[in-house]
Amino acid sequence: MIQWLNDPGNWTAPGGILDQLRAHLQYSIIALVIAVALALPVGLLIGHTGRGRWLVTVANAMRALPVVGLLILLYVMLAPHIHGKGDTVYLLPTEIVLVLLAIPPILAGTVSGVENVAPDVRDAAAAMGMRGSQVVRRVELPNALPLVFSGLRSATLQVIATATVAAYLGLGGLGRFVYDGQASQNYAERNAGAVLVALLAVAADLVLALAQRYTVSRGVSGRFPRGRTSEAADGPGGGDLRGEGGGAADGPPVTAETPPSPHTA
Amino acid sequence: MRLLAVDSSPFGMFDYFRQHQDEVLNWLGYHAWLSAVPVVVGLLVALPLGWLAHRYRWAYPPLVTAAGLLYTIPSIALFVSIPSIIGTQILDPINVAVALTVYTVALLVRVVADGLGAVSADVAQAATAMGLTRRQRLLKVELPLAVPVIAAGVRVAVVANVSLVAVAGTIGVPNLGQLFTTGFQLSVGSPYYPPITLGIVLCVLLALAFDLFVVGATWLATPWRRAVSGS
Amino acid sequence: MVSAPVSGRKGGRGLVIRFESVSKKYPDGTVAVDRLDLVAPSGAITVLVGPSGCGKTTSLRMINRMIEPTDGRIWLDDRDTATVPTHQLRRGIGYVIQHAGLFPHRTVLDNITTVPELLGHDRKRARRRALELMERVGLPPHFAKRYPAQLSGGQQQRVGVARALAADPPVMLMDEPFSAVDPVVRAQLQNEFLNLQGELGKTIVFVTHDIDEAIKLGDQVAVLQVGGRLAQLAPPAELLSEPADTFVAGFVGRDRGYRALGFAGAGRLPVRQEQVIALGAASGEARDAAEGGWVLVTDAAQRPQGWLRAEADADPPPSTPAEPVTEAQLNLGGTLASENATLREALDAALSSPSGRGVIVDDSGRLLGTVTASEVLARIEQQRAAGERSTQGGES
Repeated sequence: MIQWLNDPGNWTAPGGILDQLRAHLQYSIIALVIAVALALPVGLLIGHTGRGRWLVTVANAMRALPVVGLLILLYVMLAPHIHGKGDTVYLLPTEIVLVLLAIPPILAGTVSGVENVAPDVRDAAAAMGMRGSQVVRRVELPNALPLVFSGLRSATLQVIATATVAAYLGLGGLGRFVYDGQASQNYAERNAGAVLVALLAVAADLVLALAQRYTVSRGVSGRFPRGRTSEAADGPGGGDLRGEGGGAADGPPVTAETPPSPHTA
Repeated sequence: MRLLAVDSSPFGMFDYFRQHQDEVLNWLGYHAWLSAVPVVVGLLVALPLGWLAHRYRWAYPPLVTAAGLLYTIPSIALFVSIPSIIGTQILDPINVAVALTVYTVALLVRVVADGLGAVSADVAQAATAMGLTRRQRLLKVELPLAVPVIAAGVRVAVVANVSLVAVAGTIGVPNLGQLFTTGFQLSVGSPYYPPITLGIVLCVLLALAFDLFVVGATWLATPWRRAVSGS
Repeated sequence: MVSAPVSGRKGGRGLVIRFESVSKKYPDGTVAVDRLDLVAPSGAITVLVGPSGCGKTTSLRMINRMIEPTDGRIWLDDRDTATVPTHQLRRGIGYVIQHAGLFPHRTVLDNITTVPELLGHDRKRARRRALELMERVGLPPHFAKRYPAQLSGGQQQRVGVARALAADPPVMLMDEPFSAVDPVVRAQLQNEFLNLQGELGKTIVFVTHDIDEAIKLGDQVAVLQVGGRLAQLAPPAELLSEPADTFVAGFVGRDRGYRALGFAGAGRLPVRQEQVIALGAASGEARDAAEGGWVLVTDAAQRPQGWLRAEADADPPPSTPAEPVTEAQLNLGGTLASENATLREALDAALSSPSGRGVIVDDSGRLLGTVTASEVLARIEQQRAAGERSTQGGES
């Protein structure tokens, strides 16, 4: 496997690692952008108004659908109607599945993020004369960001993992090596494909963790320089601050209301 | 010999089921087994690990970070690499069971640790003040109170597993996922829906059954919550 | 009943808030507020007090329309609040709540400048003013960059007050702002709040369930009872001396007679000269100067330090006559009352003194003399008699 990965030809050849990596990223990013564009505003709206919570339930129930089955079903349904050139016939069902997959965690994260904003904070925002949209943008979204990111990060993991399965249909991406290696009994290639997907997933998670660190206010994440909280003598606040969190594990606490996101592929 | 239902629409799945009853039920059994066993084993492993992460502050970051990293590995990658790690055959269902156990542990370690941590400090202190030993406190107070949180994690794990087992079907491991590959192969030219829809419906029903089972077990295990929600 | 209308303070820059038969009924039939008529005068603190469920918070929140009345009108001077767009109305009204409700994601400074920012004020000026306000509410300037989670409850509440004052609103609404902090910090915040109001002269409506807080802070106190009915509106002293009905009497509490003394100056009390000895004097002197077994010990500047027991069977056993009197031997039980104390303080000084003689001091803490409980009570009787005469005279 190491040998296979060390061969520069496997990287640069047409359809080699670099090409498939680019393709894998492309499918994943398209799906995530669409999912965020749909789930974030809807989630903010549900959280802000407290109405339409059933949408979260429906989205969560969709997690019971088997991803592979859905992918093949959509492909079989859409294939006869797509006469375009290239990969469109594979790409469309794949993107639909990936978007459907990414929506539930982002939606649930956003809704519980907004719902977790302390009621007196929201109350104060309204009482200071913020309009509804100002409350959402200036108060609810910034405070919901840790849970939004947590949803986005598990969506990203699932999308990158599931994009692998897309190769089963005949689409590109790092899954190609897994399925091609399996078919041709080239286990070095197959295992290398598997490792590359895992590495990509970890790398993507790190990038998002970094983005989270720079976008979430310290007041919310509780990342304060040590020793500066000691003056807060007569109350809570200094005691339960979390220190530096570690990479993939750094998310909000799990509660019965915000269950962790599952692995789907 | 392979009999095909004449009706190629999604509703042909009933005929398809009748014609391939033995094979499909066999796959369903495998599927259920592969979904459920990893959750049971995973929970048994995750409970002590989660307790460790809860009990010792220093153990939390490494355990939870390691679990988070394991969780980033795509299942297909795990399915195909486990044979070379534990020396099994590539299509051995054991691989799937091991991979899914890894995920379940990865998911539940954090859930157990946070669930135990979410028990209010007042309650935990009251238990100590009444003279419960650390062990009694864990078994009689903290663990029961953490059941709802842990159960939420178990529900997620078991439902996800049903979907993940099907992924293993695409590389040839016998389970309901084979219905999808069959449908895919038979759809050359024109769509042939019956096995695909049958597979989806059976997977969803299986997930639903497992989910209801966990909900029911939680309901039985937490009588104090019933008393509140019933009023 | 004497209904003394509270007039606005001199130099008050607040608006007058007027409730005109305001009701709030919920669809399920609950009446939270029932035809409330109330005027909160300009520049004064009006406290709404009552048991939970009396509609005090609802009444408060109807002023900035966080809750819409189902009936009646609320006026700010001559503006009907219902005719002003809510966000505009609220930006002109300061609002402080129990847990401060600070924005966790913004620094102290950014929290304070929220409303000026919403109003589109100049950023630099808003920041300068925020720093000024921080100083005024007792927060050091280096707190500006901190986040709410880094502050204690009391500090958060100070930021909450500064934030409400940032755009210099003429009206402030305060909903149990001090009830989530411990009693010592609460008393401190209350005192600072009174000082601040002395400078600013806002029109303030203040909600609390704590009758002591109401009496301490209010220029006038409105007692509400369950069902949202106004039971009595009066200045604190009148509330204590003349509760309108049994509900108010019960709510004001059992020791209201004693507390009412806190509103009456004792006047010049007939103090008696007290024999004193100096700290460090020989113990023998104490026995000679003692009266009723106790002698008052002062320092060199005539400031009372405590009482010394001077009986033969005293415990700890009497020292030899030559030994000096030390601080450790003193009983510190008695409170001190100043020469212009209230009757309550004077009476308390007498009651708490181990010798039964209350110590009265001048403004610099030097001993003036002592007074006994019966002497203070005589003064109370005297004042009551005088008060009745003047009331009768006024009404005839």
